[in-house]
Amino acid sequence: MIAVFLTAIGQLVLLLAVAPLVAGVIRTMKARLQTRRGPGILQPYRDLHKLFGKGMVLPQTASWIFSVTPYVVFAATAVAGLMIPMISSKAPLGLFGGVLAVVYLLGLGRFFLALAGLDAGSSFGGLGSSREMTIAALAEPAMMLAVFTVAIGANSTSLSEIARVATATTWHFLAPAQMLAFAAMYVVLIAETGRIPVDNPATHLELTMIHEAMILEYSGPYLGLIEWGASVKQLLLMTLLLNAFLPYGLRSKWSLGGLLVSLVYLLLKLLVLAVSIVLVETTNAKMRLFRVPDLLAMAFTLAALGLVSTFLF
Amino acid sequence: MGAPDALLAAALGAFLTGAVAGLAAWKRPAAARVAAMACAILGCVLLVAASVGALAFPGGGTWSLPLVTLFPCTVRLDALSAWFTLTLGVLGLAVSVYSFGYLRPMVGERNLGALGFFYNCLLLGVALVFTAANAFFFLTAWEWMAVSAFCLVAFEHEKAKTRRAAIIYLIMSHAGTVMIMAAFLLLAAFTGGTDFAGFHLAASNLPAAAQAAVFVLFFAGFGVKAGIVPLHIWLPDAHPVAPSNVSALMSGIVIKSGIYGMARVFFDFYGPPPLWSGTVVLAVGVVTAVVGVLYALQEHDLKRLLAYHSIENIGIIVMGFGAALMFRTLGYPNLAALAIVGALYHTMNHAIFKGLLFLAAGSVVQSVGTRNMEEMGGLIRRMPGTALYFLVGAVAISGLPPLNGFVSEWLTYQALLAGFGTTHSLTRLMFPIAGALLALTAALAAACFVKAFGIPFLALPRGEAAATAKEAALSMRTGMAILAASCFVLGLGATWVLPAFDPITQQAVGVRISPASIAQGVALQAGTAQSGKVSPAGIALVFLVLAGTAALLVRRRLRHANVTTAPAWDCGLPGLTSDNEYTATAFSKPLRLIFSAFYRPRREIRPEYEVSPYYPSAIRFESGIEPTFEKHFYMPLKDWVFGQARKMRAIQAGSIHAYLAYIFVTLILLLLFGVRQ
Repeated sequence: MIAVFLTAIGQLVLLLAVAPLVAGVIRTMKARLQTRRGPGILQPYRDLHKLFGKGMVLPQTASWIFSVTPYVVFAATAVAGLMIPMISSKAPLGLFGGVLAVVYLLGLGRFFLALAGLDAGSSFGGLGSSREMTIAALAEPAMMLAVFTVAIGANSTSLSEIARVATATTWHFLAPAQMLAFAAMYVVLIAETGRIPVDNPATHLELTMIHEAMILEYSGPYLGLIEWGASVKQLLLMTLLLNAFLPYGLRSKWSLGGLLVSLVYLLLKLLVLAVSIVLVETTNAKMRLFRVPDLLAMAFTLAALGLVSTFLF
Repeated sequence: MGAPDALLAAALGAFLTGAVAGLAAWKRPAAARVAAMACAILGCVLLVAASVGALAFPGGGTWSLPLVTLFPCTVRLDALSAWFTLTLGVLGLAVSVYSFGYLRPMVGERNLGALGFFYNCLLLGVALVFTAANAFFFLTAWEWMAVSAFCLVAFEHEKAKTRRAAIIYLIMSHAGTVMIMAAFLLLAAFTGGTDFAGFHLAASNLPAAAQAAVFVLFFAGFGVKAGIVPLHIWLPDAHPVAPSNVSALMSGIVIKSGIYGMARVFFDFYGPPPLWSGTVVLAVGVVTAVVGVLYALQEHDLKRLLAYHSIENIGIIVMGFGAALMFRTLGYPNLAALAIVGALYHTMNHAIFKGLLFLAAGSVVQSVGTRNMEEMGGLIRRMPGTALYFLVGAVAISGLPPLNGFVSEWLTYQALLAGFGTTHSLTRLMFPIAGALLALTAALAAACFVKAFGIPFLALPRGEAAATAKEAALSMRTGMAILAASCFVLGLGATWVLPAFDPITQQAVGVRISPASIAQGVALQAGTAQSGKVSPAGIALVFLVLAGTAALLVRRRLRHANVTTAPAWDCGLPGLTSDNEYTATAFSKPLRLIFSAFYRPRREIRPEYEVSPYYPSAIRFESGIEPTFEKHFYMPLKDWVFGQARKMRAIQAGSIHAYLAYIFVTLILLLLFGVRQ
């Protein structure tokens, strides 16, 4: 009991501390590839610090939904983050839910964020909510099918169990089903974290915004919570992708040295994944909104092929 | 006759008294309202007690109602029946409490005596459908229920639209009844009796062809009532036009009589059925769920939107049944039990949250005077209680944790996932694909309920009526509060509720799963110790702790900061009005374009001009989607039926000689037939 509590606290701190760093690394690397200097990898921390120190302007047309949403988004994402194995193959809150709970908790945060987008009454907010829910609805089946492929391999939806099975098999990753599901999940990751080619996190043009349009009315600490939550969600999905498919370095036993090694492994894997995301972002242009379904349909097809391939291999 | 049976008898008596009271107070609407609803509340409380008793101490016997008829009026409250009567009791209780306040403005304007009569008749009919233990009595109760529901749907019969919806409902309902009747007759012909006890596992002993026919007839017949696609077209018409308390009952529990019928047939009358039947049921469930939610997305009539979501949820329940049938055939009773539990739990959950949503929608419609979402807006300020309850229902129906919808969808996912390992044929691909489409359905439902809550309740009022709306009466809010609380109880307390399924699964597939797997302490567990676990209560606890801590820290920070309220920024555009707001049509536009192959949307823009088309004086805009099923299936069917009827008119020439000849020929034929016997 105490051990579960301590690991949960530990993982929570890790999530909250590392998430802005990952966002910063991606942003800086992207700037370098575009021959800009970039703001430095610690900029997200400085942003959060600034936001939490500021005052706030609340739109007078908004209701209590607007004020509750930042907490819901933040807490739902954090709870989901405690259900995935990060450095130990046992997720701290594995008892409370597996991959389905993670997906649906992220859905809870999105639900409230979309409501908050509508709450102030501005048309940009509604535009963002509508697009966010549309893309999420299309990404969900692809994600679930990819998750199922993995879950069926492990015969469980518990992420700890999935990670354990993946660790136990050498060259697990090379199974065609795993590779296809990985590709599908990767596309979903791009869509869910609002990255090019689906959404542009750096855009300043309201008409092309998706995620940013929903939070246009937020300021100060509320904006800080939502931004922090978004970076935690990004880290969570990246870790989920890494540890479900490439669980190298995950420890099942507890020891201080072992944990440090696992942490280094995790950070290295995250760095590689971040580099790949940066490459995708710099080599692609943002898609038209109505081309995005094609991309997600491709992800769905990949995941379905992964399932079919279980017959062949 | 044990205590649960006595309570059941008392509940039936209370409903009957309520009906009689409604008739007696025909001329005095105020008295009718109080008497009828008080009896309904009493009956529902008794029904809940009876059901809980029957679930706790299963094994009640069969007993007869003292009615003089040609067939035995036997009643049996076994575990399966008790689960449905429990659902009826809880929902009926909340709806009846709500009705006190809801009907008050109608006193003196409408015939509340008739409403009270048919309302109690409906409750009585549904309770009898769930407990009847004889095919004839079941069909009688079934018709009693259908006709009471028809009268309630047609309550506002001065509107042509209402009459049309009610008639379509009646026609479809009877088409379904004919199929059920045929199936029962076939079954009775082979078993030589009409008692349900005699039908137990009997359907599987039929010859293959008869077995298939009985299965299809039952599935389609009950499917009409449940609203499976493509037999659903009456549902989105009939449910919205009824008074909202009746809509809540119709969508919450009356369509569940179809689900009850399926459960009774699939898991009581049939042993393991042939594999194709399970695959058909699963496929129909998937199609129903996806089609239901897709239509709901394009609906901007608040109550019609909810009605389409009923179709979607029926699809989810039927998916569970399909999976359970397949598992039974393939020899995995544990998994079959898991799927049955998921489906039946969703049956109750849907009754609770859909009832809640219809009641909240009823408050809104009564207060604003329209069902069109585009004329609402900002109601969260005028009707805070109703808004909160609608939000609870919206979160629950979207399957989001930690409420009850999440638990039953989770169980269904677990059953579908485990299904992959049960066979090596290609059929096993059905399970994960069905799971993925369930995910699509749930995500689309969430999108739809962002719209259904966001457009009416948030932002600025879009009309005078919405700006001056009044909060619902206390009794109405109480009724909604009961259901909202139930959403939390059934979600957070799922581990304590699920053992109630033990007697049901024991009866259906001969396995008790709760001690071994489903409920373990705080966490639900599906199948073995390695498979998935979930704990809604644990999630809620950690969530509250984290959200609370964040709120505490942010509040402390904000104490010294400058928090101001100002006009919405709106990207610098000054003067935000309700014209700037996103509409429901705009919200669902991306999905309409993406799924245009399904919707076949049409739109018409006609500018009216005097001098030149470049200077229009007014522009007419119309948009809509194609009613595929009506256009390509029901209209041709109707035309065919009418064509046949026209041909038959030739023998109805109106000549007395011809009629005498018909009678003569009939007599001769009957005599020949009689002699042959």
